[in-house]
Amino acid sequence: MNIEEIYRLLKERLPYAEFELTDIKPIPILSISGNFLLPVAEYLRDNVDFAFDSLMCLSGLQLGEELAAVYHLYSNKHNHKVTMRVKAGTEDKSIPSLAAVWLAAEWHEREAFDMFGIRFDGHPDLRRILCPDDWEGHPLRKDYKPPLFWHEIPVTVDVSN
Amino acid sequence: MGVIEGRYGPNIVITSLDKVFNWSRSRSMWPITFGLACCAIEMMATSASRFDLDRLGIFFRPTPRQSDVMLVSGTVTIKMAERIKRLYEQMPEPKYVISMGSCANSGGPYWEYGYHVVKGVDLIIPVDVYVPGCPPRPEALIDGFLQLRNKIERDTLAKKA
Repeated sequence: MNIEEIYRLLKERLPYAEFELTDIKPIPILSISGNFLLPVAEYLRDNVDFAFDSLMCLSGLQLGEELAAVYHLYSNKHNHKVTMRVKAGTEDKSIPSLAAVWLAAEWHEREAFDMFGIRFDGHPDLRRILCPDDWEGHPLRKDYKPPLFWHEIPVTVDVSN
Repeated sequence: MGVIEGRYGPNIVITSLDKVFNWSRSRSMWPITFGLACCAIEMMATSASRFDLDRLGIFFRPTPRQSDVMLVSGTVTIKMAERIKRLYEQMPEPKYVISMGSCANSGGPYWEYGYHVVKGVDLIIPVDVYVPGCPPRPEALIDGFLQLRNKIERDTLAKKA
């Protein structure tokens, strides 16, 4: 199945979930509301027509002021793929965790938390994974400014001259 | 020399303490086994059979207590900088540092926008020889060792005035 067929089938079977097909180029993305992410993900994994047994990649994303997470799913059974995008809440920057659906999501969500500060609700162990534990800020945010020093180690230098 | 020459019989060589110490130190520069990034691959190639650092008396030691040279081969992240400093402090005197590659010299490609990279290992520990390159070829690293050898040969036990 390609993503248009998956979208049509999902629309038929899960009419309650709010999702749409956006960003047709370069690849179509299935945008889902965070409220329905968990049931839709479980359905995509367990239903025999979809059988998305593998979460290939999970990345954080900043869209202007909003934060989002992108999920690349793959089915070994049907050899088809789908890309999902979920926007985080503007106030609490949170998205439901998929660590219980695909185990691979656990560390990827920690990375997205580390880099973008997205809170994944229901994550078993949401700590930083790359930066030091006592690091301040989330480096891949557009408005991020690195600190001058970390534990007396210079992090930024004056590059003006 | 005329007075001392031949006075103590055969097989006795008269020389200065500096020369003996510098000769032994410069002919057995033992670096600590320690690689940080892609420069470490080049470092391994340099110590393997084709370029063969062993012929210069350079063996990699598994502990800082037995090492004379710290070869900083690769990107110094701020997380690693603390460990590098500790390893350097664990090495016995006299100790020398070779900074290998653009990242260790100046931060390299992470110079302006890297939030996670120390902008040159010389901000953390004193450096004797800088080897430029990204990564440097084994010939360049060998030249770095030869430069360090020249530097060690100029050392003296006498206190500097």
